[in-house]
Amino acid sequence: MKILSVENLSKSFGGIHANRDISFDINAGEILGIIGPNGAGKSTLFDLITGYTKADSGMIVFNDNNIFGMRPDKISNLGIGRTFQKLKPFADLTLLENVMIGSFAKESNIKNARDKALEIIDFVDLIEKRHHFARELSTGQRKRLELARAMAIEPKLLLMDEVTGGVDQKTIPGLVELILKMKAAGVTIATIEHNINIIMEISDDILALDQGQRIAYGKPAEIQKNDRVIDAYLGTVDVA
Amino acid sequence: MTFEIILQAIVSGLLTGLIYALIAAGLSLIFGLMNIVNFAHGEHLMVSMFSSFWLWSLLGLDPLVSIPITILLMALCGVLTHYLLIRYILKAKMLIQICATFGLSIFIRALAQFLWTPDFRTVDNPLLEGRIEAAGVFIGQPQLFASVVCLFAFVLLYLFVTKTETGLALQATAQDREAAEILGIPSDKMFALGWAIGLGCVGVAGGMMTNYFFIFTDVGVNFALFAFVAVALGGFGSIIGCLYAGIIIGLVESLGGLLIDPSFKLLYVFAIYLLVVIYKPQGLFGRY
Repeated sequence: MKILSVENLSKSFGGIHANRDISFDINAGEILGIIGPNGAGKSTLFDLITGYTKADSGMIVFNDNNIFGMRPDKISNLGIGRTFQKLKPFADLTLLENVMIGSFAKESNIKNARDKALEIIDFVDLIEKRHHFARELSTGQRKRLELARAMAIEPKLLLMDEVTGGVDQKTIPGLVELILKMKAAGVTIATIEHNINIIMEISDDILALDQGQRIAYGKPAEIQKNDRVIDAYLGTVDVA
Repeated sequence: MTFEIILQAIVSGLLTGLIYALIAAGLSLIFGLMNIVNFAHGEHLMVSMFSSFWLWSLLGLDPLVSIPITILLMALCGVLTHYLLIRYILKAKMLIQICATFGLSIFIRALAQFLWTPDFRTVDNPLLEGRIEAAGVFIGQPQLFASVVCLFAFVLLYLFVTKTETGLALQATAQDREAAEILGIPSDKMFALGWAIGLGCVGVAGGMMTNYFFIFTDVGVNFALFAFVAVALGGFGSIIGCLYAGIIIGLVESLGGLLIDPSFKLLYVFAIYLLVVIYKPQGLFGRY
């Protein structure tokens, strides 16, 4: 069953086409991996879906709701969560307060919101850091904080922007495990990743972008063999 | 110079400092939330004093009784300021934002002079009058009560911002608007709330000051300047910093006037401001 349906989504900044006629679906309970070289328009796509940037044209339907042009907070209330490539923790609040702010989306009682936040912090294995300020956490821990905060709004769909980017190699398996735990918990996920091995391993479907356009969309095995994807990543070899 | 006189200056400085602190807290809250400096803060203080005065003059309500109405009126003024002006300049360049709030200050003051003339006014026979004496120190009852109310309002503000759901949402919006929005927090409403609370603080301070201060159209100028110094000294966006900074300013003004020369008491305060800007631009509790 489709949870998100995107049709012919386009966005230009001046003369630059950040996204051009992008179409894809995400099925409930699955992971969609989004790949593409730098500047392919991946993060812009998330900005359009979550309402931070208004698309020029196209359609975005989430759970039978047309969310095109809707405000980010309203889209969040419908059940779309997000993490950011450039991390955005509330640096001067504790980890617990960060996650509690997410919990308030569904729970107005402070004690219940706190209990729920603690449960989620435990889920992301940061319980011992709950009273630390976000600014005191390592990059890997901040990534977990963002995931916990996004989980706190009880999203039906979670958009993750390079969760494993910018962390050391030892941290990556734990984050991948966490993504799979979230999927097992029933969250539908769209994740932008540069690590091809990870994306092929965890994704049910893959959307490949290059220069703002969709160049491939399908199962991981098909994408791996797709010539346009190989070209985009490795470049075309000119044979003299 | 006796010990009693110095003690008198300390108590007076402390009482005045608490009022400065609450006025500065409103300014700091607005700045911390949306990075906009409200140059009309002094004029908002003037409006709150006039609203308290007119409630007394026209309806016979003592400033002490009309405090809740003054707070509500100022909160409404804050919401209107946001929706009629600030929301349109949120993404504008800083110079435009400065001109907008500075222009607002000129507009409010000119309108007040047009409507009410620049005459000085006072509230006659308020409920709070007279003074008390303790350990050789005389304290005006209106001043004492005003400071206690301001301190109480300050504590309430602090608890609201740090311990409640809405307060945490305000802090989240102040720290990262985009991240707050994706958690379902409507930033526009938070901004309006920030203005309502910020000017509500001014409503408390202005309403209480009406008991013992002259009410005139330029009354807010010096208070606003002291509020700016308090915000810079305490740290931009730091509410708790305003409390310490307000008290420091009150004490410096009072003790400086006593120990050196009262004609230069403003000079001491602004000298502190310059020192802070030069040596600790982020203020005592700020991070910027």
